[in-house]
Amino acid sequence: MRLNFFLAPALCLLAALASCARAPVPVDFIAQGKPEHLSEWHLLNVAEGRLALNAGVLPYDLVTPLFSDYAHKLRTVWMPKGVSATYTADKAFDFPVGTVLTKTFYYPRANGGPDAILETYDAEPGSPAAGLDLSRVRLVETRVLVRRADGWTVLPYVWNADQSEAELERTGDEKALTLVDAQGHGQKFTYVVPNENQCASCHVTNLKSGEFTPLGPKARNLNRTLAYADGTGNQIARWVKAGFLTGVPAGELPRAADWRDAGLPIADRARTYLDVNCAHCHQAGGTASNTSLRLDSLGPADWSLGLCKPSVAAGKGTGDRIHDIVPGKPDDSILPYRLASTEGGVMMPELGRSTVHREGVQLIRDWIAAMPGHCQDTTSQKD
Amino acid sequence: MHPNRQPRTRSPLILAASALAALVAIGGCSKSATDPNVRAGDLPVDAAFGKKLQEQLLDAKPGSVIEIPAGHYHLDRGLSLRVNGVTIRGAGMEQTILSFRDQVAGPEGLLAQASDFTIEGLTIEDTKGDALKINSGENITIRGVRVRWTDGPKTTNGAYGLYPVKAKNVLIENSQSFGAADAGIYVGQSKNVVVRGCRAEQNVAGIEIENTIDADVHDNVATGNTGGILVFNMPNLSQPGHSTRVFHNKVDANNLGNFGAKGTAVSSVPAGSGVVINSNSLVEIFDNDVTSNVTANVIISSYFSTGYFNTKGVQPNYDPYPRGIYVHDNRFGGGGDSPDGMDLKVLKTALFGLNGHFPDVLWDGYVDPARADVAEERLCVDATASGVLNADGPHKYKDPKVVTEALRCKLAPLSPVTLAPAGAASA
Repeated sequence: MRLNFFLAPALCLLAALASCARAPVPVDFIAQGKPEHLSEWHLLNVAEGRLALNAGVLPYDLVTPLFSDYAHKLRTVWMPKGVSATYTADKAFDFPVGTVLTKTFYYPRANGGPDAILETYDAEPGSPAAGLDLSRVRLVETRVLVRRADGWTVLPYVWNADQSEAELERTGDEKALTLVDAQGHGQKFTYVVPNENQCASCHVTNLKSGEFTPLGPKARNLNRTLAYADGTGNQIARWVKAGFLTGVPAGELPRAADWRDAGLPIADRARTYLDVNCAHCHQAGGTASNTSLRLDSLGPADWSLGLCKPSVAAGKGTGDRIHDIVPGKPDDSILPYRLASTEGGVMMPELGRSTVHREGVQLIRDWIAAMPGHCQDTTSQKD
Repeated sequence: MHPNRQPRTRSPLILAASALAALVAIGGCSKSATDPNVRAGDLPVDAAFGKKLQEQLLDAKPGSVIEIPAGHYHLDRGLSLRVNGVTIRGAGMEQTILSFRDQVAGPEGLLAQASDFTIEGLTIEDTKGDALKINSGENITIRGVRVRWTDGPKTTNGAYGLYPVKAKNVLIENSQSFGAADAGIYVGQSKNVVVRGCRAEQNVAGIEIENTIDADVHDNVATGNTGGILVFNMPNLSQPGHSTRVFHNKVDANNLGNFGAKGTAVSSVPAGSGVVINSNSLVEIFDNDVTSNVTANVIISSYFSTGYFNTKGVQPNYDPYPRGIYVHDNRFGGGGDSPDGMDLKVLKTALFGLNGHFPDVLWDGYVDPARADVAEERLCVDATASGVLNADGPHKYKDPKVVTEALRCKLAPLSPVTLAPAGAASA
């Protein structure tokens, strides 16, 4: 009896703890302020050696992602109950107040200490549905995009050394990392976490409106399958099923080309690659519209795409080349020259990378090499 | 406790660390300020200072004044501002110096995308890209700002020094640029612009007004650049420019070898160019001292002469002709005696002899054949210039000739630029 008297509350306590571990604090929409810790959002939980998604948080991936120094990205979307995004054909979906998107940048670890990471496209040891095995990945940063009543707010969080928490770093950060390739060669580079304004310099795609917008979750770039915990499915269908998306039209939806899919026409892959990596600035009305170079996949394939176009404000970025794209001649074209550089003032994109995306550069070079025509048809004066 | 004393809430460790950082910062400042042999590149990056300054820029509200005290600060990341109505103020261009010598991200020194913006009293140096870029916005004031590349002219320097683009109501005054690999003081695709009291030296282009409507460029000094003052219209851009007055400037000995990367518009400018008009319209050049620019004191040219024209890459509606250019009442001296490039050297020697010189105005001779007779679109040069050489570009330079007398016409003067009072456009 006595024993039981003491045991009963202890058992209750144990039960409570256990249920606590099984049912973490639900996600909360934080309507204002800038929480200092990522954990305050309860979107991603660090537990039992894994970074896992909280209940109700849906992972997503893109057909063709932005290159960020070979970082892998775990993307999530969450919305409060009872609200949903509205489908749009070309732009990012129209998300309701309360939406929280996250993007966690991480690398599979390589041998050689905590700052050695692998250059690989192999998604292991992480998967969107199962989360990340923290013993095998190096977490760098998690960016939170939250849709509040007055628009989107961006919050860059940087992971601590023991990967237990990420702290808000509004002015960004730098991490010295070593990227180890398949041959075991290490390349030292500075991973740069952007500051809030630098986030905006990509996410504000229209200079005039100044409106901040997500970039990835567009219909064409979400229209692919993903392995979820309960099976594989099309992402857009899943968003609808989860109550995150309404207004999806019947019939075939737009789909971007997978830049790595060699079975697709190279022009489609290259245009998608430029769309994802460059068009946040290089679009009509965008931050780089002063150059008149338009690299969104919706633009025409004429001078505005760079064909035979003389540079405008490239400075040393021309690399002594005259035209952005010379058909058939990647070595004479400014575009691949700037993609292949890591020098400030030369490299493009000018933010978000410190290394060269070799496979991306090769794709653009192959695309240009296969183009017919030339830029020689000059006439000095129309008489 | 003394009422002003901070309650001691921080841990001694943090206190010690921040005190140490402050000491390092102060030590760095005094070291560079007193010892001219210590360049910013020899000092450690002041990460705490850069972070605090960027935080101030993030937290700024309309009306905020961000003061940067005297000191030689070493930053490794570009700064950015996206809030309207902010003033950034240093203690003076000799006192407050922001160095970006070891910049890892940017690529600009400061990128502002904001209206009602004023920056004054500081130096920005050794940026990887443009030193001060202002992308769109209205009511922009740049006053007493110096930008420079301390290794001198190099192709790998940043392209632009002071660089407002797509802006409206722009005042750049008492500012300076040294060593830009494109244009030192550049205003592009803008409206209503005044550049005055500035100094541009050792840039490819000293001062450049490009695709801009209504600009006054006056009381500046452009010397030792490849080209002194340029007024250009380039193809494919958001607007063609017109109506620029270049007056009461000193444009002397802009004879620096062209160090711009091939493919940039300014790389086509011959060393030794004083005032250069390319494809722009309604430009009035008067009351200037233009001296000792060894290719020519004034060059009037068309985009056809840059070598960049091709029918595929240039928008069909682009107008490559300079129209309505009026050069009058200037004070010229010297120049034209040692033009840059073999073609111009041969031309000069053939027409004027080994010891001769081009007249003050060198014109490539391109005229829109459909509008050659429109009086308002002529090139007019008065007798204060020694003459005009038409180089006959349209006929591959076959029949160059002096056309001084044929261009002794007058054009109506342009109206002065009036800047809107501060805050008017945003009201």
